[in-house]
Amino acid sequence: MSTSTPAPQPSSSGAPTSMPPAGRVATKDRPHGGVGDRLRLWWDALPRPTQWLVGVPFVLFMALVPILNIPVLTTVGTNFGGVMAQFGMIALIAIGLNVVVGQAGLLDLGYVGFYAIGAYTVAILTSPDSPWNQAGEGHWLGREWAWLAALPVAIAITSLSGLILGSPTLRLRGDYLAIVTLGFGEIVRLLADNLDELTGGGQGLRGVAYPRLGVTEDLPNGVFSAGNAAGTLNSGVWWYWLSLVFIVISLLFVGNLERSRVGRAWVAIREDEDAAEIMGVPTFRFKLWAFVIGASIGGVAGALYAGQVQFVIPTNFNVINSVLFLCAVVLGGQGNKLGVILGAFIIVYVPNFFLGRTELFGIPINGNEIASYRYLFFGLALVVLMIFRPQGLIPVRQKLLTYGRELYVAARRSAHVVAPRGGSDGGARPGTPAVATASGGAGGAAPVAGGPTADGPGTARSTTNEEETR
Amino acid sequence: MSTHDPGGIGAGGEHGDEHLAASGRADSSRADLYMPGAVLEEPAIVDVAEVRPELANPDLVDAMVAPDRTVRAKVGEPLLQMENVTVQFGGLVALDDVTFEIRRGEILGLIGPNGAGKTTAFNAMTGVYRPTKGQVVFDGTPVGKLKRYRITQRGIARTFQNIRLFNEMTALENVVVGSDARHRTSVPGALFRTPRHRREERDAIDRAMALLEFVGVGGRATEKARNLSYGDQRRLEIARALATEPKLLCLDEPAAGFNPAEKEALMDLIRHIRDDGYTVLLIEHDMRLVRGVTDRIVVLEFGRVIADGTPDEVTNDPKVIAAYLGVPDEELAAAEGGTGADAPAAPTTEGGSGDASA
Repeated sequence: MSTSTPAPQPSSSGAPTSMPPAGRVATKDRPHGGVGDRLRLWWDALPRPTQWLVGVPFVLFMALVPILNIPVLTTVGTNFGGVMAQFGMIALIAIGLNVVVGQAGLLDLGYVGFYAIGAYTVAILTSPDSPWNQAGEGHWLGREWAWLAALPVAIAITSLSGLILGSPTLRLRGDYLAIVTLGFGEIVRLLADNLDELTGGGQGLRGVAYPRLGVTEDLPNGVFSAGNAAGTLNSGVWWYWLSLVFIVISLLFVGNLERSRVGRAWVAIREDEDAAEIMGVPTFRFKLWAFVIGASIGGVAGALYAGQVQFVIPTNFNVINSVLFLCAVVLGGQGNKLGVILGAFIIVYVPNFFLGRTELFGIPINGNEIASYRYLFFGLALVVLMIFRPQGLIPVRQKLLTYGRELYVAARRSAHVVAPRGGSDGGARPGTPAVATASGGAGGAAPVAGGPTADGPGTARSTTNEEETR
Repeated sequence: MSTHDPGGIGAGGEHGDEHLAASGRADSSRADLYMPGAVLEEPAIVDVAEVRPELANPDLVDAMVAPDRTVRAKVGEPLLQMENVTVQFGGLVALDDVTFEIRRGEILGLIGPNGAGKTTAFNAMTGVYRPTKGQVVFDGTPVGKLKRYRITQRGIARTFQNIRLFNEMTALENVVVGSDARHRTSVPGALFRTPRHRREERDAIDRAMALLEFVGVGGRATEKARNLSYGDQRRLEIARALATEPKLLCLDEPAAGFNPAEKEALMDLIRHIRDDGYTVLLIEHDMRLVRGVTDRIVVLEFGRVIADGTPDEVTNDPKVIAAYLGVPDEELAAAEGGTGADAPAAPTTEGGSGDASA
């Protein structure tokens, strides 16, 4: 997160008998100054407007990916637009699940339940098969706007379900919470399967509404309809763009939360729940908030899904999907918003990449066969990842403060001033004496006095070895 | 304390002791990092005076750190009263009818041998344990069944015997979590970045930086808590507790693992905190430290208060000397002869410590 904190690497992990550092996953000792770290440092040092100048074109580029037809990237066996649409939905789910799992540290194995509730809410409100249908002829919602009208209802109901699931279960911790949420996911699916009158049971609900925009003679149902399957600008691309909009909105919202009291409370809960409570964090309330926010984002994804495929059946909301969502989060990097989006991309894209491919770089392969073993490969990938990079592909480094950037920039700058000199000699060098006097003097009677709390960067480093060995 | 929960669920607590046990090893691994060729990101040092010029003035730092909230008790009046507090764990009586008070503006030492119930008393005050009998009255109102975070918000802050910082957060963020206890922004406010949210964020950072300077780790503000040295972590814990603007600051063995020079510096810090307008409760093992810094001392042994008075009174109290140094065998025999008819609890107490010393 911070510009120059030396990454999640503990000082103790080099020693042979050392234990994993307290806290989260035992981060492997990894060398610093890698490409990722450099990139992050460079990015963090950029002023805000420049970051926007880079970020906006990047998002635009991402939006254009499905219509650019990049040679190797484009899928063969399936429609690339459709793949990207699926990616958009899973990315949204990953962002929501990341709030719960990555930020607040609550292991939720039933996240698919929220996805299902979001999808079924839209379906029940707009499918002609449903008894509570509100859309179409003779109902008070027109087909044109039914999906958009059902969306806020879906968000509200999933948030409510998050609240209902959370209030009894968030008193549990760790494994117990995971088991209860796992049960919740199954309960939702079983309800959908068995409430025949309402959900159509195993038959599902057909004809779910979708936004009817861009109606032309060729496309009487608009660009979002499943009928728009041909060409580059097919319905998948439109749904992808729509989900991009929601992704950007939720990233902004989640980012705002992260850099506030709420985000700090979440991370504090993740790190040490008891200590957080004793430091005045209303842990239960903020855990509940994490659940509600995660659930509502999952609800949006569910609504997108229902609109896109226009058909919901219970088998689409298996527990295996929950695990897959979790896989995206862990793969990308728990707690890192961009990481989990990358994770979602991998989860969705890689199987589709192989689908229908008969050769790769000249080597003949049976792509369909490979794609059908995707769970095996994801499992292997996770095992390998846990060994070599337990923190995920893009490790988390959260920013938890709204202001105070200048402090991090200053720290980085001083680190740069000091860096080339190596760690051998003392602290008398430009820039550092001011530090020593500032923290030494300002504390008055209090601070440094003696011992290893020495404050100048140079001294701290060069004397650690002698002074801390007591 | 090498047990770790890699999942981080409910763990993280034993970090301090791990550090104690492994300090030598940790150093050697550090040394490896400084070897030529090791790629090491430099520790981040913030030039505080450059970023926040006002923090170069110690008086201003003191003023920013000073608590800004109304305390009902006047200076010298009781701020917290333990009234006949008994805490039982099944059959074990950890605190037995304990009564003492903490007065506003003082540094009270709570001492006793290992297992005397110091930390239990502490936990009873901060709401971690609920008293089986009796009550804790804080600033005029009973603590009762308040949630733990409410107790903190009402003005009791504490540090932990085994350091429990939020390791993945920077020092600054750790302290800001403390100041959040006094803030009211919740999800809606943060989502839409309301003016109150922005004001609170700004205040929090200003105060947190001042606090870090106050305890002497300002230069390390942007460093992750886990990367701080042991002494700095202890100081950071104090800063985090002070950030909640407590009426009463409870320090649980803050000098554990310190060498004499560091203890000296810590005593200065504790006095400085008191002079800045805080009331301090200090749990300590080290008699010298306690005697040097406290205004009053309460001595616990086997869950009971055996002495309560100024440092001089307490250290000359024969019961305290017996508890700490043990009683010679002949005196013990005489004492048993004298009190044999008394409650059966008496031999256990004195006999126990006698044995320990023998």
